[in-house]
Amino acid sequence: MTGKTLYDKLWNQHLVRDADGGDALIYIDRQLLHEVTSPQAFAGLRDAKRVPRRLAANLAVADHNVPTTDRSAGIDDPIARLQVETLDRNCVEFGITEFNMTDPRQGIVHVVGPEQGVTQPGMTIVCGDSHTATHGALGALAFGIGTSEVEHVLATQCLMARKMKNMRIVLNGALAEGIASKDMILAVIGEIGTSGGTGYTIEFAGSAVENASMEARMTLCNMAIEAGARAGIIAVDQKTVDYLRGRAYSPRGDQFDLAVKAWRELVSDHDAVFDAEHVIDVSDLRPQVTWGTSPEIVASVDDVIPDPADAPDEGKREGWSRALDYMALEPGTQIGSIEVDKVFIGACTNGRIEDLRAAASIARGRCVAPNIKQALVVPGSGLVKKQAEDEGLDQIFIDAGFEWREPGCSMCLAMNADRLEPGERCAATSNRNFEGRQGYGGRTHLVSPAMAAAAAIAGHFADPNKL
Amino acid sequence: MKKFIKYTGVVIPINRDNIDTDAIIPKQFLKSVDKSGFGDNLFDAWRYEDQGEPGADCSNRPLNKEFVLNRKPYRDGSLLLARENFGCGSSREHAVWALRDFGIRTVIAASFADIFHNNCFKNGVLPIALPLADIEWLFARDDEQGAFSMEIDLERQALTSEDGNVYRFEIDEFKKHCLIEGLDDIGLTLQHESDINAYEARRAKETPWLFPDLQL
Repeated sequence: MTGKTLYDKLWNQHLVRDADGGDALIYIDRQLLHEVTSPQAFAGLRDAKRVPRRLAANLAVADHNVPTTDRSAGIDDPIARLQVETLDRNCVEFGITEFNMTDPRQGIVHVVGPEQGVTQPGMTIVCGDSHTATHGALGALAFGIGTSEVEHVLATQCLMARKMKNMRIVLNGALAEGIASKDMILAVIGEIGTSGGTGYTIEFAGSAVENASMEARMTLCNMAIEAGARAGIIAVDQKTVDYLRGRAYSPRGDQFDLAVKAWRELVSDHDAVFDAEHVIDVSDLRPQVTWGTSPEIVASVDDVIPDPADAPDEGKREGWSRALDYMALEPGTQIGSIEVDKVFIGACTNGRIEDLRAAASIARGRCVAPNIKQALVVPGSGLVKKQAEDEGLDQIFIDAGFEWREPGCSMCLAMNADRLEPGERCAATSNRNFEGRQGYGGRTHLVSPAMAAAAAIAGHFADPNKL
Repeated sequence: MKKFIKYTGVVIPINRDNIDTDAIIPKQFLKSVDKSGFGDNLFDAWRYEDQGEPGADCSNRPLNKEFVLNRKPYRDGSLLLARENFGCGSSREHAVWALRDFGIRTVIAASFADIFHNNCFKNGVLPIALPLADIEWLFARDDEQGAFSMEIDLERQALTSEDGNVYRFEIDEFKKHCLIEGLDDIGLTLQHESDINAYEARRAKETPWLFPDLQL
């Protein structure tokens, strides 16, 4: 008998009923809720006179709509305010724990989960948000679901699901100075495409993953969905265990020791067979910058924008042409010469303390270029913000001309007041560069925190090591 | 959920790969706490010349006359045709609600993103994956001969064009059954409540740190 992958193990441990040819019923250990994709689920429960099956399995936090400026006066936008207040009311009515907008622990749901130890190895975790994949960095099976499924999990603590196939992406080699896990995942998506992982759970492995910090691993798993995979996962190792020790919701005492014993099993067996595998050497990886309207349209900072005529197939030729048109770029343009109007550092991809440290190390003692209209730094959570302030990072950013904001999703998807105006170009540490994602008519280039900071300082994309 | 019955509708071609859910329904409309009312804002940024705002009346907004949903007879169509990786990106079920509210009950594409594909079935919308060659042929047909209708028969798993061409498609038997009968997933799962209870009781012993609320 061949060995099992990490995903096989997680799947098997959560089977409530096997698939009789159709969907299986799997158990969900944790559900994270936010204001945008939950109101209709709570309304559905109420209409059907149902109640949540296990209150303790849920945690709610408002993140998408919250302002990143002073919150003492509440939310200006009445529609956004109603949505956030609806979450507050639903959590009170149904008895679900919520970190509300003024709670110091509030932040982006995918930053808060791991930070609080709400995310633990071996769990199944869902949220009405595709970037739930992030939590897989801790050896959990975590994936995004729609609102109907949010309601389903609230009511039953289960989901009907079909087992995915296994894919392993092996990232080998030592990253050069200044290259981040964001560069790795952008390169992976460039290689396998935005639907390369569709139908699979992706396990990230290899020496570059083993050497990556827990936060860097979260960045990798966060963007598994941009490669088409609902879930990205990484095997448990000593770093995972150390990361979880002492967190607010982590098990304590004997329970922690017992948990660690089980967590140690959460690795793929050496003889496990994967349905697909990609091996990528990252030792020569250069800073990555997307130049199109799909995350797979990516190049390194030293490259020039290719000609759609050289695209590998007709679909891509169409896509590149449309992207160049929307992005107002020409083939042959040096990526490093592209000037930006705004810079956004934050999001569930890169809003953690190590990301802010990387950006601050570039910003330290320098000034934001005069052509930059706005450079935002938005910590991923209230606790990340406090940690950064304790380290003096806020002052480094402020001295350099960045704005230091309150935590939330912010300009990643511009549901609050932080957004691009039509035609504006942004260097963003977020995860999506779709048309209009950061604001109607806005143009997004996805980059690492160091590159975003470098673009703010230089006014255009630039190798962070050569400023 | 409404039962999925056999019907005939005009095919709406959008000849693109990677149509993401941000394009299907832009983020500003996600502020709604309701499950309907998204149809006027389906493909908002492509459909109108101005920037849409939630709650605004769309009847007087300037239309992008080139966009397929603004042209007859496509505006009354009910089958959407696209290429690879339809529905990628955000998990927002609002994308399916917007399609359904507009009147689209079937999406035909070369491939679908997983979350969107799942969300369709929860809302009586049928996603049909056809081989790329068939997709190309359908686009070419619209291009060369103008708009056309197809009959969608889920029971027989067949799409039939006016000239009698039949395209068979695969679908999971259980999902097909749920669509045809308009079944509520939660009700189905609750039929297995004893299995869920047994699972929780077993796992609460094996992994007690995951079930502090279920310890005796």
